Amino acid sequence: MIKSELVQRMVRANPHLYQRDVENIVNTIVDEITAALADGNRVELRGFGAFSVKNRPARVGRNPRTGTTVKVDEKAVPFFKSGKEMRERLNKDKKR
Amino acid sequence: MGAKTVTRADLSEAVYQKVGLSRTESADLVELFLQEISTCLENGENVKLSSFGSFIVRDKNERIGRNPKTGQEVPIAPRRVLVFKPSNVLKDKINNGALPGGNQ
Repeated sequence: MIKSELVQRMVRANPHLYQRDVENIVNTIVDEITAALADGNRVELRGFGAFSVKNRPARVGRNPRTGTTVKVDEKAVPFFKSGKEMRERLNKDKKR
Repeated sequence: MGAKTVTRADLSEAVYQKVGLSRTESADLVELFLQEISTCLENGENVKLSSFGSFIVRDKNERIGRNPKTGQEVPIAPRRVLVFKPSNVLKDKINNGALPGGNQ
């Protein structure tokens, strides 16, 4: 499912809303999560999962093609950990 | 290290401020957004949100794990896990914000 399909499904559940309003809502949510992470904050959505930012220290890497060493600067990467309910839903059919 | 934890309430507030809906309806739409994504993933379908990232469902095989405290071997059943692959756009935004030193 891509963003436009997600919007369509949400419109189907809310026929009184315009598609552009729902697009606006989806973009607002995504932008809000992005902005929080850019500020170094955590986003915790119970049952769904949590987004956080992890810092990767600088390291000496290697160009795998040429073998030359390159310095890789310190960087921050976004990280997502699925929530308990989400993990259970993913494995529902496998449980007995 | 983040000073603040953003929750559903903050997302609803943002929707409320940006789109002219009631607070209740804003909260319902944030919930619907999460539920539609969850349902999709539950059905084994990946979810791709452009310029944000992809949620990918992966199948893990059974493997032998070990209780780190007792050293006892325990089988870990095959299971499905969810991974999030951030888009380059998201990664760039996070590095420009979190590390003002700026790097490439």
